[in-house]
Amino acid sequence: MSTRRVLSAGAKSFARGGVVSFATVLVMTVTLGIIGILLVLSAILDHTLANIRDKVDVNVYFVTSATEPEIEELADKLRALPEVAEVAYTSREEALAEFRLRHAGDQLTLQALDELGDNPLGASLAIKAKDPSQYETVVKFLDEGTALTAGTASIVDRVNYYQNKEVIDRLTGFIRLSERAGTAFVLLFAIASIVIALATVRLAIYSSREEIGVMRLVGAANTYIRAPFIVAGMMAGGIAGLIVLVIMYPASWYVSAKLAGWLGGFSVLSYYLTSFPKLFVTLVGAGVVLGAVASFLAVRRYLRV
Amino acid sequence: MIYFDKVSKRYTDGRPAVEDVTLSISPNEFVSIVGHSGAGKTTLLKLLLAEERPTEGSVFYESIPVHDIPLHALHHFRRKVGTVFQDFRLIPNKTAYENIAFAMEAAGRTDEEIESDVPHILELVDLGDKAHHFPRQLSGGEQQRVAIGRAIINQPDIIVADEPTGNLDPVNTYEVVEILKKINELGTTVIITTHNKGVVDAIGKRVITMDRGRLVRDDAAGHYVL
Repeated sequence: MSTRRVLSAGAKSFARGGVVSFATVLVMTVTLGIIGILLVLSAILDHTLANIRDKVDVNVYFVTSATEPEIEELADKLRALPEVAEVAYTSREEALAEFRLRHAGDQLTLQALDELGDNPLGASLAIKAKDPSQYETVVKFLDEGTALTAGTASIVDRVNYYQNKEVIDRLTGFIRLSERAGTAFVLLFAIASIVIALATVRLAIYSSREEIGVMRLVGAANTYIRAPFIVAGMMAGGIAGLIVLVIMYPASWYVSAKLAGWLGGFSVLSYYLTSFPKLFVTLVGAGVVLGAVASFLAVRRYLRV
Repeated sequence: MIYFDKVSKRYTDGRPAVEDVTLSISPNEFVSIVGHSGAGKTTLLKLLLAEERPTEGSVFYESIPVHDIPLHALHHFRRKVGTVFQDFRLIPNKTAYENIAFAMEAAGRTDEEIESDVPHILELVDLGDKAHHFPRQLSGGEQQRVAIGRAIINQPDIIVADEPTGNLDPVNTYEVVEILKKINELGTTVIITTHNKGVVDAIGKRVITMDRGRLVRDDAAGHYVL
């Protein structure tokens, strides 16, 4: 069986299919369009959740007598933990400068600070975990760790985790729920649109059922009958994928322009541009695979003559 | 060459389409099967092509029971049989040339063979100038001639024609019968069904008469008698 014959027969039957080919491409375009929108939505969700995650941290405030090497030692230990993403050190001087800046308009507070003479603020470490649910472990380590280092007295003044615990827990739950709901939503719509595409290809091939019977009677082997239909299906899917990619460019430009504020700094256009290879492979690939599988299944019904 | 051994076919409604038919056909015969509509002529051909399975009995082609051939190997048998139908059954989105070439492609012939044989066959059925017309652009007689071209292109052992002239006017009917006679003279077994008296008398060879699924007459050089 020559590949060239199969390819040219498939291309011809697609080109001559007229309205039927057009309708198939149209439905596939809608299907892949939905998948494209789902990809963008899940990117927006990821971005939003990452933003929220980024805002969560735990601060460890040290007593004023804690020395920098002591704090650095603890920070290094924290950085070695697999759960910890980042540890930022703020020295006493920096804390004071920040405090002054924050109360720049508040003469009374600044005056009180000046009268105190000494810097009353302690150094601090801001810890970011890789996932909000991991703060519990990090804080537990801190409690045990400082107990060990403090031969005399603990250098840690306080950890603000316990004040924020409720908020962090609630946020963790919300993020998990959103991710699960997002996945379920994507799956549901992907399945629904795939079923619609399968039904359409089946209808397109239904109109060729007599032709398939004739091919059988003329002595064509099943694989030889099936292959051009699969090629035509792949072409319809591939073209639909390309159409979706082309439409997505102005659409994402429009959405970016109109909804930039809504999406918390997420630009759909730059997502489209940076993820273009991924989108191309996903959409065109999904179209080609969908077309091939749908045609294979649809033709099989009519080959039993 | 072909042997029907006590073949019966009942459709699901219980009505017998073919009942207890035994007959044999030798190589190079030209057999006309005649009878009223519903006499079982077409069913008999469908049984031979393994399009339908018999309820009882067997059909043999060169001592192979055709209904024992598995579905995936059936096309090898079908390449030995050229088929022509009353409704032509051309592939609508292929040109006359491509319809004939398809049968050769399906049989795995090379491009060189296709390019040399198809124009030759198109000349034989007098369609050399309409090679690139689609079936919808051809008249009934022209479509049937394409179908005959497709049936003979792979030099089959048998041509099976089910009411080949059923949809044709007298002039086209005459032409189709002449082509079939020529094919038979070149050494191919031809089996046709018809209820056209003129066709049977013009052929003047073996006539099998069927009535309500049964074989009622078998005349060596028969006429249309009903």
